[in-house]
Amino acid sequence: MNKIEAIIKPFKLDEVKDILSEIGVHGMTISEVKGYGRQKGHKEIYRGAEYLVDFIPKIKIEIVVEADKTDKVVEAIIKASNTGKIGDGKIFVFPVEEAIRVRTGERGKDAI
Amino acid sequence: MLVATALVMFMIPGLALFYGGLVRSKNVLSTVLQSFICLGIVSLIWLFYGYSLAFGPDIAGVIGNFDWMFLRNVGLSTGHYSDSIPHLLFCAFQLMFAIITPALITGAFAERMKFSAFILFTILWTTFVYLPVCHWVWGGGWLGNMGALDFAGGTVIHINSGAAALVVAFMIGKRKGRGPETFAPHNIPMTVLGAGILWFGWFGFNAGSALSAGETAVMAFFSTQIGAGSAAISWVIIEWLLRGKPTALGAASGAVAGLVAITPAAGFVGPVSALIIGLIAGILCYLALMLKDKFGYDDALDVVAIHGAGGFWGALATGLFATTSVNPDGANGLFFGNPNQLVIQFVGALAVIVFSIILTAIIVKIIDMTIGLRVSDEEEVQGLDLSQHSEVGYTF
Repeated sequence: MNKIEAIIKPFKLDEVKDILSEIGVHGMTISEVKGYGRQKGHKEIYRGAEYLVDFIPKIKIEIVVEADKTDKVVEAIIKASNTGKIGDGKIFVFPVEEAIRVRTGERGKDAI
Repeated sequence: MLVATALVMFMIPGLALFYGGLVRSKNVLSTVLQSFICLGIVSLIWLFYGYSLAFGPDIAGVIGNFDWMFLRNVGLSTGHYSDSIPHLLFCAFQLMFAIITPALITGAFAERMKFSAFILFTILWTTFVYLPVCHWVWGGGWLGNMGALDFAGGTVIHINSGAAALVVAFMIGKRKGRGPETFAPHNIPMTVLGAGILWFGWFGFNAGSALSAGETAVMAFFSTQIGAGSAAISWVIIEWLLRGKPTALGAASGAVAGLVAITPAAGFVGPVSALIIGLIAGILCYLALMLKDKFGYDDALDVVAIHGAGGFWGALATGLFATTSVNPDGANGLFFGNPNQLVIQFVGALAVIVFSIILTAIIVKIIDMTIGLRVSDEEEVQGLDLSQHSEVGYTF
């Protein structure tokens, strides 16, 4: 099993969710995060003082899938979340040692 | 006047929201409470001895005596300070001004003063700074006798608190943090709401200072509106020119700056004068924001720029634009043939600035040497809501 961590632009979340649903991925965990890479932040002005904010809001999606599905899922995420502009995000793939379903105790691929 | 008094009372929670939105969320309750609690603390002081010392029988033009302690002899008859309203009502109206003045100063030391130190500061400052200054201008003291014009408290409230704010900001030191990046306001809608409530209440503050619903009150009401609106516009414009964008916070701040500036003048000046006073206030107070970087003091919520500078401009503007054609009980200013008024205004403002600075410095020093002024570094980083009050402002 692999865990896919995808950091994407927030407005792309619905598209990613839809496309994953089409290829059979029916669950995920998301978090609202902030980060920066090459995308520049923005400037805020309060009482005449400028505040440069480097961190940009992003969404992090975490999904655990069977190893042989990994490539298909990664491609789908890229297809849905790519805009061609700086700040589209990054995807990381990690190996997962074990997965357990809390309700039933099922393990391995029955748990995901 | 009952309504006007209630309107001024409403300015204190208005101020709480105005200030509360400007600090970081971990300090919102502490900031709000510092304004709110003045409603309690200063009411007690006023009852015990405050009204007596501010407005009671005069001693040498400096302070009142204790004849009206516990509001003895402050009854329902008219004839004291007003021929149309009961004495106790005048007392109540003035109480609201006494409450909001120390609350204004809280903006300078927001996010780092111990609550216990703040309570002691409020008690000592109200007693030793507000009461004398109030007496000097309004209570039969030497500034009023000298002919200084202050319709609704530009000097008594705004210059006074602005000068004190400068001192406390210097003495308490800067907030911990890596410069301006750390200190962005957490809830500007709350601040704008607060500004709106302040504007609303200010009609009681200024028009109510006429002490009756009549022609002077109408003039004061209208000048207040013009002063606030024009200052909001001029602040927005200058910020747009200098920083590139018009901001909501700028509009709210400009409005307050205009209200401050028109306070001493309302009731003495006409609408066109109010327009000029407001336009200049918005620009002047915006530029005054830069003083804190220039001189290195962390006046967290810009009390010096808005109340100090705004009040000072307002006091001088009164000396320029006052006209007896608007208010026969006032005087004429420089533009109406009487340059002397400007001198009187300047002297009055200067006297209050000097007095406020010296006394505030002494008070702050005493507090720091006894119970300590500032929270510890850990408490400051944790936030005052948790460290001083074991409360959290928002639970999402």
